[in-house]
Amino acid sequence: MIEALRLTVNGDTQEIGVPSHYTLLEALRYVLGYTGSKQGCDKGDCGACTVLLDGQPALSCILPVQEAIDREVTTVEGLAGPDGPHPLQDAFDLTGAAQCGFCTPGILMSAASLLQRNQSPSNHEIREALSGNLCRCTGYTKIFDAVEIAARALRENRPAAEVVRA
Amino acid sequence: MLRLHPYRYHRPKELGEALELLREHRGDSMPIAGGTDLMPNMKHGLYTPSHLVALKGVEELHVIEERDGELVIGAAETLTRVASDPLIKRRLPGLARAAEGIAHPMIRNIGTIGGNVCLDTRCTYYNQTYFWREALGFCLKKDGDVCYVVKGGSRCVAAHSADTPPMLMTLGATVDLATADGARSVPLTKFFTADGIWNTVREPDELVIRVRVPIPSPRLRTSYQKVRERKSVDFPLLGIALAVEIDDSHLIESISLVVAGLGAKPRVVGGLDKIAGGQRLTPDIIEEVARRAHRQCNPLDNLIVDTDWRHAMVAVYVRRAFEEVLGQPLAAA
Ligand SMILES: Cc1cc2nc3c(=O)[nH]c(=O)nc-3n(C[C@H](O)[C@H](O)[C@H](O)COP(=O)(O)OP(=O)(O)OC[C@H]3O[C@@H](n4cnc5c(N)ncnc54)[C@H](O)[C@@H]3O)c2cc1C
Ligand code: FES
Ligand code: FES
Repeated sequence: MIEALRLTVNGDTQEIGVPSHYTLLEALRYVLGYTGSKQGCDKGDCGACTVLLDGQPALSCILPVQEAIDREVTTVEGLAGPDGPHPLQDAFDLTGAAQCGFCTPGILMSAASLLQRNQSPSNHEIREALSGNLCRCTGYTKIFDAVEIAARALRENRPAAEVVRA
Repeated sequence: MLRLHPYRYHRPKELGEALELLREHRGDSMPIAGGTDLMPNMKHGLYTPSHLVALKGVEELHVIEERDGELVIGAAETLTRVASDPLIKRRLPGLARAAEGIAHPMIRNIGTIGGNVCLDTRCTYYNQTYFWREALGFCLKKDGDVCYVVKGGSRCVAAHSADTPPMLMTLGATVDLATADGARSVPLTKFFTADGIWNTVREPDELVIRVRVPIPSPRLRTSYQKVRERKSVDFPLLGIALAVEIDDSHLIESISLVVAGLGAKPRVVGGLDKIAGGQRLTPDIIEEVARRAHRQCNPLDNLIVDTDWRHAMVAVYVRRAFEEVLGQPLAAA
């Protein structure tokens, strides 16, 4: 059964037709064409599909698409602002926090939500916030470094590149 | 990619409407709250209802308040909320901590306490894709008639794997249930059964509306100990909830201990009042309680972890629970 519903993704509201048994991730990737959110385990174990729902990180692979109605969905495509990449994106780039990159969109969303709530997170708070996002490549150290750099960049209101050089 | 079967997704706004939908489609419908248990299970072909009745939009299921000496928690409140709500943290810190240890932040943001209380049991031979289960041959719990855990067994022994119920049981919680035909209340200690296929007394078209927890005395100290492979994401391999009321001189006024994660039903460790009631909480008493818990538990090979090790951990984590309530290592107690 195809269901007509209205989704707001990255600030853009669209009326779409989706099979009623689709997850939010399937609607994003296969109906709307937002392929940034990754389909990893597809059952809640890995965090690659993490998006923000009204600013809170959620797993889109196990979320019925209807649960996104009347909520703001933010995917990695919506992270950068008009002036360029989000400081997290710059920090990931500068520190080498992404290797194969498959986990990166999900991790960026979890980290973005953390920095929205808390611009001076401790290392423990960063680990906790990212504890549902698995990475098979990096060993996490560079990722935690990147989040700390992005937090400083946001706090001090200067580019991540300057924070890295400092 | 794990595809779901086709279904209709109903989004009632009122409780009556939700209950009516469940009655109308009885046998071919299921309630869904956060879906963090049901969605993966449906992706594995373990449930294929044609109708899902979504609970998140039902106003009556959202509440956290103190009422008549009890803390009332609506079934659709998220685990993140239960873990962080100031009232729960103040009155029931053990429950907040048990909720905080569930899965990981994204799941706690969506998963609910009602869904946690109604969590399906888990087993190595059950929580697998249809392809996996078909390749081995289906098991007792779903689509088959053999048990791979207990050879020749005819009763499913899948493990109760939820983290809040053991703590709620030690706190004397009650669940309020309703169908389209009426309501009832069941103490949580009577809610679970030893049948791994369906391990609660809840009818398929019955909803958990709220959990009610008596406000404990300020002397009650609680601990929830969870054994798992990683500090995040994983379900409990063993869950131990302890609630003990002690006065300033460490005299035990009441004690309750629940061990979960082994069989289909969380086990209330029996006979503790006899050995510990009215006694001072000494290392000897703790050792005796740990021995009893160990003796009364009998883990099976239903999860991927060594059974003898899991059995040995019962006593170890009972001791750690006491260490937590005493706020100090046992040697110094
Ligand atoms: C990777 C991963 C890790 C996890 N780790 C843990 C863990 O460590 N500890 C743990 O306890 N759980 C864990 N879970 C399971 C699950 O996320 C939680 O138990 C959660 O609380 C379930 O709530 P829900 O609202 O998402 O339930 P749902 O999936 O919506 O529902 C679960 C079951 O309960 C029924 N149900 C839901 N609400 C009601 C109601 N109000 N009345 C009647 N029936 C209802 C549904 O029909 C379904 O059968 C994990 C899940 C995943 C995917
Ligand atoms: S793809 Fe959603 S958690 Fe792995
Ligand atoms: S960079 Fe490859 S999984 Fe994280």
